[in-house]
Amino acid sequence: MTSPVTAAPADIEAGAAVTRRVDARRVTRRSGRDKRRKRLEILFFVAPALALMAIFVVYPVFSAARMSFYRWKGFGPMVDFVGLQNYSRVLTDDVFGQAVVHNFVIVFASILVQLPLGLALALLLNRRIRGRGLLRTIIFVPYVLAEVIAGVVWFQLLQPRTGLIETVLTSVGIPVPEQGFLGTPDLALTTVFVVLTWKYLGLAVLLFLAGLQGVPDELHEAAQLDGASWWQVQRRITIPLIAPTIRTWCFLSMIGSLQLFDMVWILTGGGPANATTTMATYLISQGSQRSNFGIAGAASVVLFLIGFAMAVAYQFLVLRRDTRADA
Amino acid sequence: MKRRATTYGRGGPFVYLVALAVVVVTLGPVLYGALGGFRSNEQLARDPAALPDPWLGRNYVGVLGNDGFWRYALNSTVIALITTAVAVLAGVMAAYPLARYQFRFREPLFLVFVLGLLFPAAVAIVPLFILVTRDLGLGNTWWGVALPQAAFALPTTVVILRPFLMALPKELEEAAMLDGASRIGIFWRIALPLSMPGLVTVGVLAFVASWNAYLLPLLLLQGDMRTLPLGVADYSTEHSADTAGVLAFTTIAMIPALILFLALQRRIVSGLQGAVKG
Repeated sequence: MTSPVTAAPADIEAGAAVTRRVDARRVTRRSGRDKRRKRLEILFFVAPALALMAIFVVYPVFSAARMSFYRWKGFGPMVDFVGLQNYSRVLTDDVFGQAVVHNFVIVFASILVQLPLGLALALLLNRRIRGRGLLRTIIFVPYVLAEVIAGVVWFQLLQPRTGLIETVLTSVGIPVPEQGFLGTPDLALTTVFVVLTWKYLGLAVLLFLAGLQGVPDELHEAAQLDGASWWQVQRRITIPLIAPTIRTWCFLSMIGSLQLFDMVWILTGGGPANATTTMATYLISQGSQRSNFGIAGAASVVLFLIGFAMAVAYQFLVLRRDTRADA
Repeated sequence: MKRRATTYGRGGPFVYLVALAVVVVTLGPVLYGALGGFRSNEQLARDPAALPDPWLGRNYVGVLGNDGFWRYALNSTVIALITTAVAVLAGVMAAYPLARYQFRFREPLFLVFVLGLLFPAAVAIVPLFILVTRDLGLGNTWWGVALPQAAFALPTTVVILRPFLMALPKELEEAAMLDGASRIGIFWRIALPLSMPGLVTVGVLAFVASWNAYLLPLLLLQGDMRTLPLGVADYSTEHSADTAGVLAFTTIAMIPALILFLALQRRIVSGLQGAVKG
C-alpha cells in the first residue's frame, strides 16, 4: 500500500530524527496505567466500525451459512435441519451450474478483453496530446453512472428493431438477430459483457494512467537514446513498472465479476432461458422471490467460497511469484 | 503490430483517431439518453438515430413535475448522506489506531477490514434482509438501508484512509502530547483536519456507491421509500411504451452523481490510486 500523500525524503529523515528523540522520552514515561489507557483508546476508536461490521456483515454471512443447512421458507423457527441437502440441490441444479459458468466467462473475458484494451488506451492517452485531461474525464463517465441507470439506457439502445443499435447495424447491412441481442440466448451473455466493458473500462484506464504517472520520464528517454522502439519501451519498461496496478485491477475485476447482479437484472433478468443467470441473480431469485431461504443460503456459501478460493489462489500464485521475482 | 517508431511522446493522427473513437463510444449512450429525452416517441420510432426535431421539453418537465421523482431523489439523498457520515466517521476512527498506534493485534485487526473487501453484499443479502426487516424493524426506512451500506463501505474506507493517516508527520502528535493533549483530542483536532483530503475521497466514494446502489434498496424499500435507481428501473418497466419519458427520467437521475464525481475527480482518482497501488 503506497500512500497517496508522500512527504519529501528530506522531511522524513528530519522527522525520524525528532521522533526517535521524543520516543525515547516517552518510553520512560510509559507505565502500566498508560498501557491500559492505550487499550481503552484503541477500543474506543475501533468499536463503532467493528460493531457495524459484526452486525451487518459478519452476522448475516454466518446466518446465511446456518440457513444453508435448513429447509426454511421464512416462516416460524428454523427447525427442519436437512444437512447438506440444500448444497446437493444447488450443486446439481443445472441453472446454478450455468450461473457459475457465466460468472467465470465474465471473469476471464474481463481480463482477456478489458486488460489489453485498457492498457492500450492508457498507453495512448499517456502521450502529450491535446485535451488529455478532458479525455480522462470523459472515459470515466460510464463508471460514475449507476449500473441500473446505464443498464436502462442500454436496454433502450438494444431494443429489438426499434433500438438505435439495430437500426444502425441494419442500415450498414449487418444482420441482426431476430429476437434482438438480449433476447437471443447465444448472444445475451456476450451483449451483457459488452455493456459491462463499456461501463468499467474507464476505471481500468484511469487506474493504469495513474500507475503510468509514477513511471519516470527519464527511463523512457534513456531507452529511446539506446534505440529502443516505442513498443519495446512499453513492453520492457512501462508495463513491468505498472505491474502492481495491473495485478490489483485484475483482482478487483475478478471479485466484481463474481458478484455481478445489477446489470444482468436490468438487462435480462437472467434470461432468456437462463442464458445470463449469475450466482447472485440465482440466489436472489431463490431467496427473495421464491422464499427458498435454505437454497439461497447454500448458494451464498458457494459464491463466497468460490470468491475466497480465487482470492487466496490469486494472492498465492500471482503475488507470491511476483515478490520472488523482485527479490 | 504496426508501430510508430519516432516521437513517441506525442500523438500522431492515429492517436487522435483512437481518442475520438473512445469519446464517441463512451459518450454515445449517454448523449442518446439525453437527446432522446428531448424527442417524442413518434420521433424515436421514426428514426432512432436522428436529432430532436423539434426539441421538446415536455418529457423533462414531466419528470420534474412528478412527485415520485422528487420523493425518490430525497430518499436517495438522505440515505447516501447517512451512509457517508456513518462510514466516514466509523472508518476514520478505526483507521486512526491502525495507523498511529503500535499494538500487538494491529495487523490482524487491519486484516479483518481487508477480508471485509471479500464479502460481497450479495452473499449476505438474504439474511441481511431478514435481519433488517424482522429483527431490527428497520424495513422500508432510510436507516435500514444506510447502516448496512455503511458497514459494507467500511473496508474500502479503512483501507484507503490508513495510509493517509500514516503519512501525517509524527512530530505534530508528539508535540501536542507533550502539551498535555489526550489521544482523542489529537484525533479530533489534528488527525481529522489534516486527513481531510482522504476523508473527502472516501466520503465521495461512499456517497456515490450508495447513490448508485440497487440490490439492497431493491429488497428493503418499497413504494414511497424507493430510491432513484429503483424508481428508474420501475419506471422503465411500467412505462415501457414511453421510451422518451424513460430516457428523460434516466438522464435526470444521472446528473447528481455525475456532477459530484466530476467536481471532485482529482480527489477520487488520487484516492483510488492510493488504494490500488500494490
